[in-house]
Amino acid sequence: MKRYSVFAVAREALRYHTGWERAWRSPEPKKKYDVIIVGAGGHGLATAYYLGKNFGITNVAILEKGWLGGGNTGRNTTIIRSNYLQDPSAAIYEKARSLYETMSQDLNYNVMFSPRGVMMLAQTQHEIRGYQRTAHANSLQGVKTEFITPQRVKELVPIINIDGPRYPVLGALWQARGGTARHDAVAWGYARACSDMGMDVIQKCEVTAIRTEGGKVKGVDTNRGSIDCDKLGGIVAGNTSVLTEMAGFRVPIESVALQALVSEPIKPCMDVVVMANTVHGYMSQSDKGEMVIGGGTDGFNNYTQRGSFHHIEETVRALNETFPIISRLKMLRQWGGIVDVTGDRSPILSKTPVEGMFINAGWGTGGFKAIPGSGWAMAELMAKGHSPLTEEFSMWRFGEGKFIDESVAAGVAH
Amino acid sequence: MSTRLSNGGRLVNKAKPVEFQFNGKRMKGYEGDTLASALLANDQMLVGRSFKYHRPRGIVASGGEEPNALVNLGQGGKFEPNQRVTTTELFDGLYATSQNHWPSLEFDVGAINTHFARFLPAGFYYKMFMFPRPFWKHVYEPFIRQSAGLGKAPKERDSDTYEHFYHFTDVLVIGGGIAGLAAALEAAQSGLKVTIFEQTHHWGGRAVVDGAEIDGKPADDWVKDTVQTLEGMENVTIRARTMGAGVYDHGYVLGYERLTDHCPDQDGPRHRLWRIRATQIITATGAIERPLSFAGNDIPGVMLAAALRDYVVNWGVSIGDRTVVVTNNDDAYRTAIALVDAGLSVPAIIDARTDGAGPLADAARAKGIRVEMGKGIAKVKGGKRVEGVAICLQAGEGAVIEEIKCDAVAMSGGWSPVVHLWSHCGGKLIWDEAQAMFRPDPSRAPTGDKGQPFVAAAGTANGNLRTAAVLEDAVAQAKAAVKAAGGKPKAGKAPAGSDAEEGAISPVWLMPQGAPIQLRMKSWLDFQNDVKVSDVQLAAREGFESVEHAKRYTTLGMATDQGKLSNINGLAILSDALDQAIPQTGTTTFRPPYTPISMGAIGGEARDELFQPIRKTPMHGWHEANGADFEPVGHWRRPYAFVRSGESVHDAVMREVKNTRRNLGLLDASTLGKLIVKGPDAGKFLDMMYTNMMSTLKPGKCRYGLMCNENGFLIDDGVVARIDEDTFLCHTTTGGAERIHAWMEDWLQCEWWDWKVYVTNATEQFAQVAVVGPNARKVLEKLGGMDVSKESIAFMEWKDGQIGGFNARVYRISFSGELSYEIAVPASQGRAFWDALLAAGEEFGVMPYGTECLHIMRAEKGFIMIGDETDGTVIPQDLNMEWAISKKKEDYLGKRAQERSYMASPDRWKLVGLETLDGSVIPDGAYAPAPGDNANGQRNVQGRVTSTYFSPTLGRGIAMGLVHKGPDRMGDVIEFTKGDGTFVKAKIVDQVFYDKDGEKQNV
Repeated sequence: MKRYSVFAVAREALRYHTGWERAWRSPEPKKKYDVIIVGAGGHGLATAYYLGKNFGITNVAILEKGWLGGGNTGRNTTIIRSNYLQDPSAAIYEKARSLYETMSQDLNYNVMFSPRGVMMLAQTQHEIRGYQRTAHANSLQGVKTEFITPQRVKELVPIINIDGPRYPVLGALWQARGGTARHDAVAWGYARACSDMGMDVIQKCEVTAIRTEGGKVKGVDTNRGSIDCDKLGGIVAGNTSVLTEMAGFRVPIESVALQALVSEPIKPCMDVVVMANTVHGYMSQSDKGEMVIGGGTDGFNNYTQRGSFHHIEETVRALNETFPIISRLKMLRQWGGIVDVTGDRSPILSKTPVEGMFINAGWGTGGFKAIPGSGWAMAELMAKGHSPLTEEFSMWRFGEGKFIDESVAAGVAH
Repeated sequence: MSTRLSNGGRLVNKAKPVEFQFNGKRMKGYEGDTLASALLANDQMLVGRSFKYHRPRGIVASGGEEPNALVNLGQGGKFEPNQRVTTTELFDGLYATSQNHWPSLEFDVGAINTHFARFLPAGFYYKMFMFPRPFWKHVYEPFIRQSAGLGKAPKERDSDTYEHFYHFTDVLVIGGGIAGLAAALEAAQSGLKVTIFEQTHHWGGRAVVDGAEIDGKPADDWVKDTVQTLEGMENVTIRARTMGAGVYDHGYVLGYERLTDHCPDQDGPRHRLWRIRATQIITATGAIERPLSFAGNDIPGVMLAAALRDYVVNWGVSIGDRTVVVTNNDDAYRTAIALVDAGLSVPAIIDARTDGAGPLADAARAKGIRVEMGKGIAKVKGGKRVEGVAICLQAGEGAVIEEIKCDAVAMSGGWSPVVHLWSHCGGKLIWDEAQAMFRPDPSRAPTGDKGQPFVAAAGTANGNLRTAAVLEDAVAQAKAAVKAAGGKPKAGKAPAGSDAEEGAISPVWLMPQGAPIQLRMKSWLDFQNDVKVSDVQLAAREGFESVEHAKRYTTLGMATDQGKLSNINGLAILSDALDQAIPQTGTTTFRPPYTPISMGAIGGEARDELFQPIRKTPMHGWHEANGADFEPVGHWRRPYAFVRSGESVHDAVMREVKNTRRNLGLLDASTLGKLIVKGPDAGKFLDMMYTNMMSTLKPGKCRYGLMCNENGFLIDDGVVARIDEDTFLCHTTTGGAERIHAWMEDWLQCEWWDWKVYVTNATEQFAQVAVVGPNARKVLEKLGGMDVSKESIAFMEWKDGQIGGFNARVYRISFSGELSYEIAVPASQGRAFWDALLAAGEEFGVMPYGTECLHIMRAEKGFIMIGDETDGTVIPQDLNMEWAISKKKEDYLGKRAQERSYMASPDRWKLVGLETLDGSVIPDGAYAPAPGDNANGQRNVQGRVTSTYFSPTLGRGIAMGLVHKGPDRMGDVIEFTKGDGTFVKAKIVDQVFYDKDGEKQNV
């Protein structure tokens, strides 16, 4: 792999950029791999990357029915934070956040991780107590957060309306090293690194069946032929139930549409990420100048990657109140993605009833921030059979009643 | 230079001059001008700067597809960035400034980027700015952010208002060109409800500009007649300045009406968002002309051929004295002819085709215009405006044959139907090879709930470029829509259209065909985002082969025009680079809105006090007048405490607790949810909803109940009173009323639909006052009426009667541990009853109290609070509330879940009381660490605080918390986090701190 650098760009400029090689190869599928990952989104690619990097497993194929990074990796609002309440969540999200810190250098691909700070507004007494609790929990989890005053909120976000009128800002949970990253670049950076390790990233390759023998996974059938494997990772957010159905088991997941929108780009006026859970909306400003806005999920299941407009209305209304200046901006584009939501709104990283098959699913509305941690943990689980980071996220926890419920800490999509 | 012509301009009223300002310069236009036509009339060719390289940008189009000419419009509370000049109607006093430059539009320091363009190709930022690591946050990103964005951020609150409309229609026609008008007329004649929208303020679309004839008369006349007819029909809703913004599932359509943008001083809402349910939708949205990709095609003065024609015909504005036309189709010849007819010079028409130009070419030649076939533009000369073009062979590599001096270039690469609205909800496209365009595939239309197609494209939007075919298609689509909407189409033929014959287009995606890199990196695809042919080719080379990857890597089509001009050209370049057919590459996803719509309009009326209106109890006014410090609870505001002069909030709370315990307190409890559950199966139903047995409750009695979800977690609590055999009144928490009502309905409607139970939310029908304290009975006795003695109404009983002349329902329940009556009166009597209690209570030391006092008193008594002791992860057993779980019942919601292994685990954290050793108050949310770290390096924990207060009754901090094996560890001392890295020691004690035996409340 030719390394990227300012010098490489300068060198290529002299020959009109004719010398750049492909970021990732486009191979034909082989007959057999040690590991097949279904789904070349952020989580799938990250899993493959850490299988190679941490465990030396490189005979890996990552199969993607569409274009890599085209699911929720390329549709989210790019927020990265780890100020979660429950220990297992804080562990994996903080692992992810810390890996984001060095991802550009690790991958030699600028994913533009921008630790500009994430704040979650407290707008009721109840929310204050909830976030204070999170701050206490985070202090024992090694996650750096603090509860800040309304005045500090206003200093950090001059365009915010802290006086209400409906819900005055009473404080906020502030994670200074939370932020955003360029979502597509995360997928591209991992794909390039995986390809460089000799792995096959195979796009337009749709899995149509999972083959098992005696309860053990043997391989998959695809629209590009049959491929064998020793281990299979199903990492297909928005389609998990469809995939596990192929393997003959069901998961406690519902798939619903989550929407987001951007405004037209304006000059920078907000440097941090703000989440307002009481009124249901969150917003940040991208490096391109667009206000990136997200809200809640639809109340019904679907796979169309479109959502109901009333959610857009509710979100925009909430943010017009919170940031009055945006009333005179215009919505440039709205879109939707399908998120897999579990019974406790926490993910599943788990072995399955099929030996050799693993799933990484159910990240709900907050998967992007977890990508590197999720990949790191999933790779360990697949390589070694267990990982302290995935221990609590087994698919059997629902049967045991051992939930990891974050709803107390975040009542809104994120 | 661009200027106003002495003749022409069918849309401008030269009798009405209008003054406006651009970058501080005073300029003149006419009524009927757009800001674009007015700027051009004032020779303002340079109007902005591009996003990345800060290249000079001029107006390139004449409608909503304009990518370049965006301005900051207005001032103060009416300031709006990124306003397209081509869709901004001119008004007197209009104030605009150009965007994205420093220090000025003419001299922009950022333009230095254009000299480094070679070093800044698509995606350069992914390959650099990585070292040293902290530099991204502190150096690179701040620098990049500074150059981000186009317009300025508004500074003031929006001074305009907005509104929403609901609208239902059988047939919705979007687009007021001749196709839309013909379709609307046809559909309207069936008698169905028909709605037609036109995004501009003038009807007729292109046909009226291009001189088509309909039914033997000029299109303009036909359009006027048709609009008049439609306006006169009762079943027709017709709106100009209204855009079809988005098509959603089930025929939901957004319309965006701009009411006062063109007359900002007029009263009333600025924008109106139409939320429409349409049975059938016809998109008659026309087509957009494509630019051609040649070097220097972004220089101000290079314009779409049809736009140039629009400016001449509609607004009487010429872009230049000498215009070179460059094309690959016949339509652009109309521009040449229109220019010559207007007395302007067209030195040459450069036609990339080697042959095939039709009668329009003959007509052009007949007017003396030189036509060069098989030629292309090698390069446009000029910087901030066009100075000339260099001509080459289209089939060659750009060797210059000749240079022609000119000050404008009209380009046409063919037409792309506007398929956005067709595509929003899943309509698919096919590639029309002959016309070189994507058009709607009628066999794959968006489908509704029964699989029926509900969107049809008509006219040019459906790939018909000729007038006759447009009208025939429009009428045919309208007939089909009428049928599909359940109507009967009227018999009759389409109006007959005629226009000039046209020769076939020959697709040209790059000019010249063999352009070398030096030309390709000057050939713009996306004018706003500075994406060039070479960028898309680079993306393909680097493996960004999916059209979505190429878009995201190069930012092609991600600008404010969302690729209306650039997308097809870009994907053709990509297809060529990948050596695959265009349909194989496909398009990116079309997403709403068609053009950007204001956030204000999306929010609608719901702003300020109308944003989630505050619910008020009948006593709210009294609270406001008497020092209430409010806190939001659900959609209510409840008094946190009533602060007297000279007091702090804390002082007030302490006083309220002490007084209620000693004398008499009043709480406005009206916000508590009151659900009436009625029917023969009501008892059976409540047995399922609550963990307790409710069916055995006797009329006249009350029972405290717990409600769990299917996962066994506690979600609400409250007192249930049985009113009669069939009727229960269930109290819920304040925040829970609507949620629990919906929860009950969910079960009744989806699972137990055959049970005979109705639920209604009567929360607002009653005002409820808790009369609390040792003097509670005395004040009620003084008011007189029903017997409130212990014998008449014992603890956990209720009774209807009169108190002080008020019809009242009295509950003997207590959330404070004191003698307590909760009294409900009709809401209309609430304030009077409150006043009566205050007056009568004066001699007994009455004081109202707020929610914090309520919290402290219940915590002193060890009562749980939903949302404090519970957080969605707590089961009743964790709170030692087995006593509230009926053992006799076969089932209740959550029962099975609570039997799961972890729910029954002895390791669960359980509720205990906590007393700090030093008497201080444990901070809210504190956790109790346990020795050691877990496998993920986190500190082990053994419990957490759920409620923590200073108790004025005990004079010390008290708390409740969930602690690992807590009830087995009475007397143990554990530490809690203080939040500053230090810890506070607390002893595990019983959770009831006050009146353990209930002697106070049961008197």
